[in-house]
Amino acid sequence: MATYILKRLGLALITLWLLSVIVFLATQVIPGDPGRAILGNLAAPSAVAALDHQLGVDRPLVVQYWTWITGLLHGNFGISTQFRQPIGPYIKAALVNSLKLAALAFVIVVPLGIVGGVVAALNYGRAADRVISVAGLSATTVPEFVSGIVVIVIFGVALKVLPVSASAGAGASPASQFQHLILPAIPLVLVLFGYIARMARAGTIEALNSDYARTATLKGLKRSVVIRRHILRNSLLPTITVIATQTGYLIGGLVIIETLFNYQGIGNLIYTAAKSKDFPMLAAGVLTVGVVYMVATLIADILATMLNPRLRLGGAE
Amino acid sequence: MTDIATAPAAAVTVAHGRGELPPWRLLLRRPTFIVGAAILLFWVVCAVFGHLIAPQDPLAQQLLATNKAPSGAHWFGTDQLGRDMFSRVLVGARTILIISFFATLLGTVAGTALGLTMGYLGGVVDIVGGRLVEAVLALPLVVVALLFLVALGSAPLTIIIVIGLVFTPLIARTVRSAVLVERQQDYLASARLLGENRAYIMFVEVLPNVLPVVLVEFTVRLGYAIFAIASLSFLGLGVQPPTPDWGADIYANYGVLPAGYWWMTLFPALAIASLVIAINLVTDSIEQVLAS
Repeated sequence: MATYILKRLGLALITLWLLSVIVFLATQVIPGDPGRAILGNLAAPSAVAALDHQLGVDRPLVVQYWTWITGLLHGNFGISTQFRQPIGPYIKAALVNSLKLAALAFVIVVPLGIVGGVVAALNYGRAADRVISVAGLSATTVPEFVSGIVVIVIFGVALKVLPVSASAGAGASPASQFQHLILPAIPLVLVLFGYIARMARAGTIEALNSDYARTATLKGLKRSVVIRRHILRNSLLPTITVIATQTGYLIGGLVIIETLFNYQGIGNLIYTAAKSKDFPMLAAGVLTVGVVYMVATLIADILATMLNPRLRLGGAE
Repeated sequence: MTDIATAPAAAVTVAHGRGELPPWRLLLRRPTFIVGAAILLFWVVCAVFGHLIAPQDPLAQQLLATNKAPSGAHWFGTDQLGRDMFSRVLVGARTILIISFFATLLGTVAGTALGLTMGYLGGVVDIVGGRLVEAVLALPLVVVALLFLVALGSAPLTIIIVIGLVFTPLIARTVRSAVLVERQQDYLASARLLGENRAYIMFVEVLPNVLPVVLVEFTVRLGYAIFAIASLSFLGLGVQPPTPDWGADIYANYGVLPAGYWWMTLFPALAIASLVIAINLVTDSIEQVLAS
């Protein structure tokens, strides 16, 4: 198993490196001449060249990439061009805020999605299954800001029972913070529900059709015991993996939701950086998202391996 | 009744080859497909003839009738510039449908070509492609698109290319696994033994057999494309004003939502929801029919 984890880690590092190249190209190369962008159209070419030299952007791309990536590895994210301050603290604060919102969404959606998927599988082909499957699929594909607007209109504007902004303000009590996060969490829950329910449903159906489930039923165990002891354990394995992979999509959703609800998280940070063409901040934010996703999938893979004896003992491919 | 009516037809097609009813006949029996296709058709008609159907000019500002709630004169109310929201929603179907269709088409064509190559040739092409898929998957579609649209500047063609290129490796991965299954088949061995060249085998022998997979992938991705493009418009990176566009209209008006002007954002939002749900009903039906 150790070799499997090492191999998995190696692949993750290669992927991360590729990702850093993509981000570098998008934020440092494509936008064009930084000296010209800072000094404007009217500046003399000699001044632009001097500034480019000072910023180091006239060096070969490989050298620039190397300086950038080694800086990142030493925790030096660079200077934000919009705030004119080091980027690190901004990323950290935003990440904490986003994790709060994401945690709330996960706490709601994971049990809900698993129960939905298992109920659908146990009613395979019947009305309950079709309703859960089609509703889950639809919820998954409706953009977060669309469902966000619907919940704002219902709970914030019509009923006036919940705040429509996610920021509770500085020094707000945890209870108040929680209250402000309920509406933003709902769209995320809706998007994730379909994915998790679909995986839980597929896993349960596979387990239901297995030989060991048939054996358990034939040796006279009650249906509830078969489901609890034999089916659920096996059906939840793939679900763990899908929950982890959804963290990536969750952050994509955060870009939208944090903008709609005006919440200072990593998604909002990326969005404002993009809007004000703060490329160092944008690069740092996007890479952070990539790292979070890699770590989450890595943990999920290792967890799935540890929970599954076939993978734990044998070939892990 | 239906059993008696279809039984001979099924027998006839079996005699022709595999399968019972032609797939499109099976599709038409599914209520989810009928509902989805009807909604989709409605929006396609709006996209093509929107300007003729709309009761008012979607760009005409009536500065004496701004922020009007829905009424008989303005079914969906008016926006902050006094433009008729109902007309804007009808005409707004055009931009999102065109952009998402071409983005998905680009991704599907390029992805199928790449997937065929990866799956059929294997080796280094396959390994490099696989890593690239992983790297793209590590970022949410909206973030990748945001990154490149900011770097390249936002224009409809740029959106099509960026979304299409992001889809390419994802579609390639699905096509690749379908090709790996086909590679085991005898007809490929015989084609090879006959001395056909690789390109001929890939595109003439293998491609027709993975087309159902490509079709499902296209419809699934179309749903994602609409999701992403609407989201980008909502972030102000999509279609630029004053062109009517659902996401852009929401972007322009969500600031006044807490003040109670709900109709300017809710109706475009419901339009987006109905479109993506319709596409999913269609996709789900096609998948079910192909799986049965």
